[in-house]
Amino acid sequence: MAVIAEDMKELTLDNLWDSPEGHRVLSCMQCGMCAGTCPYGEVMDYPPRRIIGMLKAGELDAVLRSQSLLTCVTCYACMAKCPRGIHLTEVLLPLVKEQTFIQLTDMPAELQKALENTDRYGNPLGESPRKRADWVKTSKVPVRMLPSDRKPTDVLWFVECYTAYHPRGQDNCRATAKLFHALGVDFAILGHEEKCAGECARLAGETGLFDKLTDYTMKLFGKYKFNRLVTSGAHAYDTFIHQYKPRGLQQEVDHTVTFLARHLDQLKPKLKKKLNYTVTYHDPCALSRHNGLYDEPRQLLQAIPGVKLVEMEHNRVNGICCGGGGGGMWLDTYYKAKGYERLSERRIKEALATGADVLAVACPYEVSRFEDAVKTVGGDKPLIVRDVVELLAEALED
Amino acid sequence: MNILVLLKMVPDVVEELEVAGDGKSLDTSFLRTIINERDDHALEQAILLKERHGGKVTVVALDAPDIDDTLFATLAKGADRAVKITDAPEGLTTQSAAKLCAQVVSGLLPVDLVLTGVQALDDLDGLSAALVAQQLNFPYLGVVTSVAAGGPTATVLKEFAGGVRGEFAVALPAVLGVQAAEKPPRYVPVAKVRAVMKAQKIDTVPAPGDVGAAQIDVRQLAKPVVSSHAEMLDGSPEEVAGKLVELLAQRGLL
Repeated sequence: MAVIAEDMKELTLDNLWDSPEGHRVLSCMQCGMCAGTCPYGEVMDYPPRRIIGMLKAGELDAVLRSQSLLTCVTCYACMAKCPRGIHLTEVLLPLVKEQTFIQLTDMPAELQKALENTDRYGNPLGESPRKRADWVKTSKVPVRMLPSDRKPTDVLWFVECYTAYHPRGQDNCRATAKLFHALGVDFAILGHEEKCAGECARLAGETGLFDKLTDYTMKLFGKYKFNRLVTSGAHAYDTFIHQYKPRGLQQEVDHTVTFLARHLDQLKPKLKKKLNYTVTYHDPCALSRHNGLYDEPRQLLQAIPGVKLVEMEHNRVNGICCGGGGGGMWLDTYYKAKGYERLSERRIKEALATGADVLAVACPYEVSRFEDAVKTVGGDKPLIVRDVVELLAEALED
Repeated sequence: MNILVLLKMVPDVVEELEVAGDGKSLDTSFLRTIINERDDHALEQAILLKERHGGKVTVVALDAPDIDDTLFATLAKGADRAVKITDAPEGLTTQSAAKLCAQVVSGLLPVDLVLTGVQALDDLDGLSAALVAQQLNFPYLGVVTSVAAGGPTATVLKEFAGGVRGEFAVALPAVLGVQAAEKPPRYVPVAKVRAVMKAQKIDTVPAPGDVGAAQIDVRQLAKPVVSSHAEMLDGSPEEVAGKLVELLAQRGLL
């Protein structure tokens, strides 16, 4: 799938038709594949197909007033299926979403709070910026922090918000640190200087906040010497590749999953503990449909002794979003009030149907979303939610 | 209508507050300040009134760390003018701050309404608005949850204990201590704040000289002393339930 963030820089809804992407949008034949594949397609007043029709007819105001795009979880499903190759989730939908956002008269309260927190504290949870690296105190292996130890590092590990602060995210942190340590990786983190990479602010329509955060983080990257950026955040990975690189990010970028998959030959002999789990894997949209990373997480899971991998009904390119992207992480109450099914619950029903013991994930939003959904959906037997790195760390010899 | 909003910055409690070495003040090394929540509601109520009746909203604030960012955000939300009071004496009491603000407000007359938060988390006195009203010789109502204007009076809803509400007519100009605006304070996109920072400016007025001598002296500031603690029960749900039943039985609660 083409990366076209560079072409998007000066693009607006007014000059869209003059751009190559505008020409692609004009080629839409109204087949409705986008609306059909959209997880919220049946509840949106204006799914992507209708948005294109309204835009061509000069009727976009009705689309903006409907606030349809508050229901877009930017899962890249429409874009992956479009037979005309229109980059819906990369170009048209963010432009419409930004306008929807600017014109919102009643911002859903949780979304507002998350954005205000991200701006003020650098994380949507509203936690103290000074405590961003507090989890390090609970790590069994040493974790170097660049603000207090500036010497160059091979890997700069960009931890991200939910990983750094959420109690279950911190399990991911400890596991990642343990794996890096086992592989002898020279790594360091940004500690309290790190702020949200901003992707979900951008895809919620708050592009000004995204610009502010990228300006900050690009400057921060310039302060330190490192060879490779590795992040625990699926959305952070996505935005580093598609938004930060065009803004001058030079270093190679990895998600923990891609980094570990490349080191699988060294890692595999260390995975000695047999786990005996049947595992099903949920593809995070930002890694899978947008970046084609389907095989790497599955290779890692299959390298764990005793793990049997089973697939859900919708998997790989057809995987159903957890509902957390594009601001959806903070719109659960809004969706519930509208009577929409939570996508995390829809997904958990599929995971339960596989009979798996463990639902493996690779995006920090998913652990809490799915653990909550397990509680609300129920099921005959308990389903455990674990990040891929947590399972790998569990299989490491102590 | 002409509306004036008085706002102040208070410690942001996202960071744990620490007492400074002098034992009388807050340690400011990691302290950030944030707009007092009730003042943010006063601003929202002012902008709602402006949207309904037209007019002008002027925001007035004492200089403080981070005040410029806050004032630019008020302009981006819909205020027309932001005024910063500079060089005020350190350690103002509520009374002297009110006296000082009232003198500044006198220079910005005529106004129809002066709105400010009914309380601030750093003193909880709830006196500022009333004292400003007294200085200006304007009527005052506090714990206000909605304001309807039009004509020479405003209709004001005031909240009492137990959710009881009273409706009052108040002659304008008046000072209102706002508990909550009719709706939560609005969001302002970052791009809009950044644009306002480039296009608009903050006016400054020097603090009037005479605010009277401080009559209150802080003798000691201390963290609460821990007198008891919560006991966390560990183990499986069954074990925890067992321990809980045992504890309740021990204390004669079963």
